[in-house]
Amino acid sequence: MNAKTSKRLNMKERYRIMTRDLGWEPSYQRYEDIFPQESFEGIKIVDWDQWEDPFRLTMDNYWKFQAEKERKLYAIFDAVSQNNGQMKISDPRYLNAVKLFITAVTPLEYNAYKGYARVGRQFGGVGARIACQMQSIDELRHTQTQIHAMSHYNKYFGGMHDFPHMFDRVWYLSVPKSFFEDASTAGPFEFLTAISFSFEYVLTNLLFLPFMSGAAYNGDMNTVTFGFSAQSDEARHMTLGLEIIKFILEQHEDNVPIVQQWLDKWLWRGYRLLSIVGMMMDYMLPNKVMSWAEAWTLYYEEAGGALFKELERYGIRPPKYADQTVIGKDHVSHQAWFIFYQYGHATAFNTWIPTAKEMDWLSEKYPDTFDRLYRPRFELLAEKAAKGERFYNNTLPQLCQVCQIPLAITEPDDDTLLSHRDTVHDGERYHFCSDGCRDIFHHEPEKYVQAWLPVHQILQGNCGGADMAKVIGDYYRIEMGEDNLDFEGSAEQRRWAAWKQAV
Amino acid sequence: MSVEIKTAEITPVRQTYGHTKRRFGDKPATRYQEASFDIQPTTNFHYRPMFDEHHELYDTGYTLLTMEDWYAFSDPRQFYYGAWVAARAKLQESTETNFAFFEKRDLGNRLSDEARRLVTRCLLPLRHAELGANMNNVGIAANAYGTTLSQAHMYHGMDRLAVAQYLSRIGLLIDDTPGLLLAEAKSLWMDDPAWQGVRRYVEDSLVVEDWAELSLAQNLIFDGLLYPFLLESLDERLLDIGGGDIAILTDFMGDWFKDGSRFIDALFKTLAGESEANRTQLTRWVAHWRSRAVEALTPVAIEAGIELDAALAVLDKRLAKLGLLETH
Amino acid sequence: MSRVFIALQDNENARFIVEAISEDNPGAEVKHSPAMIRVEADDRLTIRRETVEEKLGRDWDTQELQVDMISIGGNVDEDDDSFTLYWNT
Repeated sequence: MNAKTSKRLNMKERYRIMTRDLGWEPSYQRYEDIFPQESFEGIKIVDWDQWEDPFRLTMDNYWKFQAEKERKLYAIFDAVSQNNGQMKISDPRYLNAVKLFITAVTPLEYNAYKGYARVGRQFGGVGARIACQMQSIDELRHTQTQIHAMSHYNKYFGGMHDFPHMFDRVWYLSVPKSFFEDASTAGPFEFLTAISFSFEYVLTNLLFLPFMSGAAYNGDMNTVTFGFSAQSDEARHMTLGLEIIKFILEQHEDNVPIVQQWLDKWLWRGYRLLSIVGMMMDYMLPNKVMSWAEAWTLYYEEAGGALFKELERYGIRPPKYADQTVIGKDHVSHQAWFIFYQYGHATAFNTWIPTAKEMDWLSEKYPDTFDRLYRPRFELLAEKAAKGERFYNNTLPQLCQVCQIPLAITEPDDDTLLSHRDTVHDGERYHFCSDGCRDIFHHEPEKYVQAWLPVHQILQGNCGGADMAKVIGDYYRIEMGEDNLDFEGSAEQRRWAAWKQAV
Repeated sequence: MSVEIKTAEITPVRQTYGHTKRRFGDKPATRYQEASFDIQPTTNFHYRPMFDEHHELYDTGYTLLTMEDWYAFSDPRQFYYGAWVAARAKLQESTETNFAFFEKRDLGNRLSDEARRLVTRCLLPLRHAELGANMNNVGIAANAYGTTLSQAHMYHGMDRLAVAQYLSRIGLLIDDTPGLLLAEAKSLWMDDPAWQGVRRYVEDSLVVEDWAELSLAQNLIFDGLLYPFLLESLDERLLDIGGGDIAILTDFMGDWFKDGSRFIDALFKTLAGESEANRTQLTRWVAHWRSRAVEALTPVAIEAGIELDAALAVLDKRLAKLGLLETH
Repeated sequence: MSRVFIALQDNENARFIVEAISEDNPGAEVKHSPAMIRVEADDRLTIRRETVEEKLGRDWDTQELQVDMISIGGNVDEDDDSFTLYWNT
């Protein structure tokens, strides 16, 4: 930091000189040729100078703070790999959450890096552009620290070894992939609304805080450390999300309905995506932190409530179908785990029936739904498994055209009935899991008809033929008997037992 | 309590990730390798970009150049985020020491008026050019295919923002009323005939769509001429007129340029080495942008009372070494 | 009325920062969970540089918060002397 002298300007003035004052009005090229993506979404920006910089971070301090974070982080990674830190983990089933993370979330960080680089070039306002650039490079940091955090675990456990390959191909990974590509292929303002606001500000706490606490409760030092370290960047990103929304809304009243539609869309899309996190919290963490329903109440209903109250004065209402997410919080994690359990031969992680103690925890956390709807189902499956008839579903499910989750989620007003919507577009019938997803399709059918739906692709022979064993083994690179199937009797279980003997 | 682990019996199942193994062999990989190669999505993209329906989200077609393998480029500095930020924090620390020294000794007051004037007229306007360099490199990071190419440009882009900000701090530091000299420099950038060539070059570069051409126009040609001019010719000139202390403040630019040039040289060596078609295309771009850069910077050199020749000789030597200079 | 909050990594620095927050914001509620400290307040929460410096016994830049801060709720207003979270409602 600089010596404090009488000549020193205050932080705001200094930051103005260091950022937006660097910009200028071009005259040799047209503004719209330099920033060609700024106007096509219909968002009207009257004056970029109204942009408020939330964190006035210049590169000198950025380097200094970030280097300090990285030093601490890599010291832990080194310690874990030098001391067989993987053996401190509570229960080998826990690692399956890590496998899901590196295949489903780490590639999203990479997409975020690229997306923010684009917007960090495309916005006409210098302040907003630089905020996006810093987020871009942070997202690259998260990608790489996650790869490095899990590098050691990859040496001892399955399911992580081909995460970029799997992300592009495996059926359930098309859920996060299509989610992020939807944002990345949109214009810069929708991208920021989707990722900075809806995802980072409204939903990111639901991903990182439970995941990190879960790691802490289950002895995963690397994940706790990278998680907290990443989250310290996240506080900056969240603020960018709130500032960009306020900025767009303040710029022009015509922006309000456009933003409202994006908020409706992206809350729903984010909510569907996070079913995977709900399942991870309720089923995959041997030592539980809190239930998905509790997390949704705390981080969405309470924190999000304050936020949408703040936005009311711009004419923004809470996202459409938010009420359905509140009903759904008692169901989604169970329904998601049930999907993965029955397709556990096509997953890059192990699946299992919750233990009796775990089922009791679920009963306690979900008094209205678990004993009535889900416990009987798991007990039946457990009985079959005990007889050597572990259930694997060999038929391919129908997927939602938008969120790409199998149509196995129930109606908001009837939890015994599967929710299914459809519509005909250009003579072709499309299927959806919900009103929320169907609305999204109707708004931009030309976009969603393009979706790469894994089941359709398998049926069309684009994933290595009709033989599912080949699709899973060759096309997905999921190694049969090593990466997939039930945890009970798995290679992971056997190896862990042997290693524990050696400890 | 520490637990005694009989490590011999806890043996790894694999040495590294599958994609890393396929590229580098079945052995423990470096952090640069694991974090940089084959991690970008390659296929089954869901939707065409709404801002560019002719390309996929990640597309090799954002340049005319072609490569058999886009990961053939490897950053000689092996910068992944952690390595980059550590190197830059070190640079930042020594630069802060220099700035603090300059300020504490009140070296700004020792500058001759002529030196202050030269800094204002010939160095400070470049903070705007550096912002252009920032935008160009970040744009390349967005469009270039593959993580090794993309990330190196991203680091380079953030570095340029830092250079622009340090140049601003120089302007504040030597100013009796902080902000006045920077305002004067900005009006030169906007309106002074001596600077219009550079501003035109920068604005023209901002609309170049081919990322490889853009990296060449910005990082190889423009910087390749500008930095030797600043670091050698302008430095000497300042020394002559009682402004030698400015070198304390611009010292970091020399270190940074040397470091960045390692990346840029490796980049164009790889691209040109791939095929004759690439080399021909690059040579054509070099011919175009080199003469434009000379034209742009000549009035600035005249303003500074310096010949551009020495800097041009440095650039030409570099281009010749890369085999990209047309010889007639 | 809405709640603003800041969550910090539970480390040596954070203990002093939280102490400073509690002193300057009498209504603030401090919640401890594993590896994390969360401080909440109604509508507004201010971290003052002077108080933190007093607690830490050294110079402290408000931007240093970024190293330990893991989440926030509320609008941000930051200058040389303070860091404030607030809701307008």
